[in-house]
Amino acid sequence: MKVLTGNDLASGDVIWWTGKGWSRHIGEAVEVGDEGEAIAKAEADARRVNVPYVVDAEATANGPLPLHIKERIRASGPTVRADLAINNQIPIVKA
Amino acid sequence: MYLYDKYDQAMVDARVEEFRDQAARRLAGTLTEEAFRPLRLMNGLYLQLHAYMLRVAIPYGTLSGKQMRMLGQIAGKYDKGYAHFTTRQNIQYNWIKLEEAANLLADLASVEMHAIQTSGNCIRNISSDQYAGVAADEVADPRPWAELLRQWSSFHPEFSYLPRKFKICVIASAEDRAAMRLHDIGIELVKRDGVVGARVFAGGGMGRTPMVGPEIRDFVAEDDLISYVEACLRVYNRYGRRDNKYKARIKILVHELGVDEYRRQVEEEFAHIKTLNLDPPVAELDRIRAYFADPAYETGLSDEIDLSDPAFAAWVKQQVVAHKQPGYAIANISLKPVSGIPGDASAEQIELIADLTERYSLDEIRVTHAQNLVLPYVKKAELYALWKELAAAGLASANLDLITDIIACPGLDYCSLANARSIPVAQKIAERFTSNGKEAAIGELKLKISGCINACGHHHAGHIGILGVDRKGTENYQLLLGGSGAEDCSLGAITGPGFDENGIVDAIETVTDLYLDQRQEGERFLDTYRRLGMAPFKEAIYG
Repeated sequence: MKVLTGNDLASGDVIWWTGKGWSRHIGEAVEVGDEGEAIAKAEADARRVNVPYVVDAEATANGPLPLHIKERIRASGPTVRADLAINNQIPIVKA
Repeated sequence: MYLYDKYDQAMVDARVEEFRDQAARRLAGTLTEEAFRPLRLMNGLYLQLHAYMLRVAIPYGTLSGKQMRMLGQIAGKYDKGYAHFTTRQNIQYNWIKLEEAANLLADLASVEMHAIQTSGNCIRNISSDQYAGVAADEVADPRPWAELLRQWSSFHPEFSYLPRKFKICVIASAEDRAAMRLHDIGIELVKRDGVVGARVFAGGGMGRTPMVGPEIRDFVAEDDLISYVEACLRVYNRYGRRDNKYKARIKILVHELGVDEYRRQVEEEFAHIKTLNLDPPVAELDRIRAYFADPAYETGLSDEIDLSDPAFAAWVKQQVVAHKQPGYAIANISLKPVSGIPGDASAEQIELIADLTERYSLDEIRVTHAQNLVLPYVKKAELYALWKELAAAGLASANLDLITDIIACPGLDYCSLANARSIPVAQKIAERFTSNGKEAAIGELKLKISGCINACGHHHAGHIGILGVDRKGTENYQLLLGGSGAEDCSLGAITGPGFDENGIVDAIETVTDLYLDQRQEGERFLDTYRRLGMAPFKEAIYG
């Protein structure tokens, strides 16, 4: 599956497209299919997101899990600061 | 230390207001990200993995207590309560909001600090020896020269859009504590026939094509230095490659032209520049030098230190260095606690250290490229009181230059360029060598980790270096041996196939065990490696 991500323009927070808006939690992200680029442009133009892009993910019982480790760390927060985690249940290293 | 004059302050204040307007326009949508990106980068504001990151310049790593306190207050007010000291003697904040960035810069400006030229293809923060002005072995104080270069390079119109970023380092001791020869230009102050001048090296650097900078001139007179550096930059600016980012650093130009041809062109340019009278008048260097005059040292102080407390004695042995002035010592503060994050400090720790700077170190502190801190003016009689306050704040690790004093870049935990995490590997190594009790036996061993080929963690210059790479979406760690950023500068060599996170820790224990078994009297790990060569280490690792 494909999900859309970027950073909040004002705060810089990592955010994910939910179909209706943006969430800090990847668990709320939705499949964007072939619409990712168009959504990204519209949302960037509306200043609701900065530097949006589409990432590949797999669907899991806990929601989308990015295929690339960089995106999994973006979704979880720094792995060395559990106190700052957004979601420390995200597996960083795939089994 | 140097204090801003009205011109310095006016420039920095104006830049804050300019950025405030730029950020407001970006937030209002009248500037696109494409247009805004170079503007924010000129002010040190990056967009990293999780958020905006601000890199603040600390000129030649020197701060007053007031400046240090402000850095701590900023960590609490604008960030998530901590900050990261970098391998270029700077500080980074990981969680900055664009809407608050201008206020942060205004707070910095209130203590004569900024984030200008901490990004982009310009001359970056000038780095230097963390013991400048207090080391017993220096021929002159490098800080006035570093400050002169800072002023010359700030907003230098000709060098605002170089082919690539440019880093300059100034030292003044035969012992190189600043990795001078791994800079685009390295300057070593030397004394010849009683006259101080500069040995100039050019074309050093790490990154994907590491090179040890060759000597370009063995002596440049004091009043020629700015012209000579200008000539080095001008040749680079004219001929450095702009068509390929990966071949754009001066090291590639010097390598491709050859040292002799690069030197010839620099000398030709230098002869021309000297006709333009660009060097500042001696009076200006004297004005700057006055800011770095020795403080009013107390005399008649005792050199005795009561070492009856074993924990204190261990700290003194590892962290305290000889000072040029009787009765005083240089105290290194480790930012490498076991299980900690190399170079990180909390807002509370930074503010405490600011207090200690004022109370114990004549209001001055230094940041080292090894991501530690230095109090350069501590009375020996006050070391014990200082140590007790550091220990109470978790800042009394006694591991300077040992295997747990690891340089590590932020890696994939924070950096959008990284391919692998650095910090967890550093933590596992530190935990292994603390629990196995071998750290003290191994002695000096500089271990440096980078999470990508850009080498912010200086892995090429580690006695042991680790490079994190992405192997088919999995973190993999290459092992390098034999590097040094010191006066015996050398580049590490890769041992062979890489390892996973646990495997690299095992491999490091294997090579250090071989060292412990094979070392001769007085040899450091690096010395044993150089005597034996790669083969036995490779055999021990891979069989």
